[in-house]
Amino acid sequence: MPDSSRDLLIQKGRIVDPSQAMDGSADLLVRQGRVAAIGKNIQAPEAQILDASGLVVAPGLIDLHTHLREPGREHAETIESGGRAAAAGGFTSVLAMPNTRPINDNAAVTHFIIQTARQHSPVNVYPVGAISEGSRGQRLAPLGEMREAGIAALSDDGMPVMNSNLMREAMSYACGLGITVIDHCEDLDLSADGLMHEGYAALRSGLRAISSSSEDVMVARDILLAAQTGAHFHVAHLSTATSLEMVRQAKLRGLPVTCEVTPHHFTLTDEDVKDYDTNYKMKPPLRSRQDREALLQGLADGTVDAIATDHAPHAGSEKMQEFERAPFGITGLETALGLALDRLLHAGHIGLTRLVELFSVNPARIVGLDRGTLKVGAVADITLFDPERRWGFDVNQSCSRSRNTPFHGYSLRGGPVATIVAGQIVWQAGSEKSSNQK
Amino acid sequence: MHRRGLLGIEMLTREEIQEILDRAKFYQPLEARTGKKLDRLQGKTVIHLFFESSTRTRASFEIAAKRLGADTISISAQGSSADKGESLLDTLNTLAAMRPDAIVMRHSASGAPHFMARMLETPIINAGDGTHEHPTQALLDALTILDHKPTLAGLRVAIIGDIVHSRVARSNLHLLTKFGAQVQLCGPPPMLPREFEYFSPTVTRTFRIEEAIADADVIMMLRVQLERQNALWVTSVSEYFHFYGLRLEHLKAARPDAIVMHPGPVNRGREISSEVADFPRSVILNQVENGVAVRMAVLDLLLAGAEFKPAESTKPN
Repeated sequence: MPDSSRDLLIQKGRIVDPSQAMDGSADLLVRQGRVAAIGKNIQAPEAQILDASGLVVAPGLIDLHTHLREPGREHAETIESGGRAAAAGGFTSVLAMPNTRPINDNAAVTHFIIQTARQHSPVNVYPVGAISEGSRGQRLAPLGEMREAGIAALSDDGMPVMNSNLMREAMSYACGLGITVIDHCEDLDLSADGLMHEGYAALRSGLRAISSSSEDVMVARDILLAAQTGAHFHVAHLSTATSLEMVRQAKLRGLPVTCEVTPHHFTLTDEDVKDYDTNYKMKPPLRSRQDREALLQGLADGTVDAIATDHAPHAGSEKMQEFERAPFGITGLETALGLALDRLLHAGHIGLTRLVELFSVNPARIVGLDRGTLKVGAVADITLFDPERRWGFDVNQSCSRSRNTPFHGYSLRGGPVATIVAGQIVWQAGSEKSSNQK
Repeated sequence: MHRRGLLGIEMLTREEIQEILDRAKFYQPLEARTGKKLDRLQGKTVIHLFFESSTRTRASFEIAAKRLGADTISISAQGSSADKGESLLDTLNTLAAMRPDAIVMRHSASGAPHFMARMLETPIINAGDGTHEHPTQALLDALTILDHKPTLAGLRVAIIGDIVHSRVARSNLHLLTKFGAQVQLCGPPPMLPREFEYFSPTVTRTFRIEEAIADADVIMMLRVQLERQNALWVTSVSEYFHFYGLRLEHLKAARPDAIVMHPGPVNRGREISSEVADFPRSVILNQVENGVAVRMAVLDLLLAGAEFKPAESTKPN
């Protein structure tokens, strides 16, 4: 992937790279798609210059949880459009969840995604393989073949494995393959046909409730199974205080358990669900104020390992329905970094180093990618962001094919400025229009 | 409510509710006296759009509109374009393009009329949405209570049954608490989540029907909505009736002036015994009658509103 095009010199940025405990002003030289040098006043007369003064230069952001919808639901998103949305959000890599049509439960689909991404996506796309055939929760999918084909993790996201024995087998198998199991923790009997978090807001609006326990029960089960099998278990979009506490305890016991939190769960609560607006409908649902407080605490104290978007595009016609008929999920790639800077960094919950850890260093570690670092010799996946830039998110300018977000019109302090993948600038602030017209 | 229709009780002020009740009181005697048609809504068209089965609400709305002189059409989801896969938004846009003056709508999805009201200019009157609200039911219940009690303030109202699935309970909770009534909710614990107490400090819960009834001025029974229920919630119809059905012996322990209400349709032997339904202090049929008056009032205020002059209209020519 690293190529031999022109060198790139990123000048005068503040380099924040927790993977090498670095935080300071320096130049960074990219040569042949890799980080060639970091230092003061690097001279490279031939190089393309990128002025990063006032900007943070960080290892490229990695989203552990994206739905690209291709193959099968290209009206909502494609690998190309989702890839461009990722680039516009400052992400250099995304993990693509397997609930496409067909499901990514075999090497052929994995190959298709990787090939399509190579040709059309500006960012790296790492497919996630299904745990069970068709994500039906009955028989294990060919995990080894998919691993060889290039999947980065396993998950039956959205159609969680209810059969505990199958999950145990999957974890045991995954442990041998050295691959992380990501679980969307939801006991489908407990969540039943619920629509929003169980609480006063759901009760008042007459919307069927999804209890916290529907998540907690599965987090507990999976921690027990991970302890038994030795597999690395990663909790997708963790949303409750109780689940977070269980992860905290598991970590204290030294278990290989990690978790991610979405920007919407650290920004919004069930009290924000209003007017039956389906842009507030997702799974897990927006939780209570206490849950949100706990997530903020977990983000600050290190219990939460990563921020992931759960970018879930749906066509307008699918979301423009009665609340109970609309599909779950919202887009998130283009708002994640802005929300984290505005709601976490500037609100004083976390510092810059921690933010970069959550977005880049830790996601790479969780699924074992050779990314998330600016060490000399590493692939030059780099995100430049401005912690101070004030901007408003306009969904009509989005690169995604879908418009289902509750964050339209949000004014945010801080956002991405440039996205560099293997030394190539794939997106720069202000370039949205030109790339949309292509 | 005047421009946006009537979506629920929750967003109405006391004054707005009082205005509807006052207007309904004006239509009450007319109701009793004569079926004569008025011309208040002459030239207006009201569409009744029912995506869920209904006998009394639908008939009541249609009679109310017709008595006021409006032209009405009535559409049920059965046999309509909804069955052909048309979205709710497209169905309503189509109907709205025919320029009706109001759409009365019942739908099984909570919030469906609220979603439509955001999209359409046409005023929408909610005739029941899922398990959310049924505003005209709460209004007619209030009117009925006020036929028998001087005021809602301080009144002790017991609402008994499947509270969590009941839009009638929610609309009544909003209305009664806005007017300072004490509401005691009663039902099996899975049908009565704790969060109901957050509606107002004057709302309390009990799981024992005897306790709910003891001091009640008004006993409001709800229908057991088997069609909305998770099968696990009710062990059996007979067990439910045993613990939460209203029987004559309960009424003997109740206050002598307590009235019994039920929004209908009554399932005799499931939530209320046959004797109670026909009991002298049962006001179930008054509720039905008041339904027409309340719906006339709502349509009148919404569609004819400003130029209302009671003094002239009361006199039959």
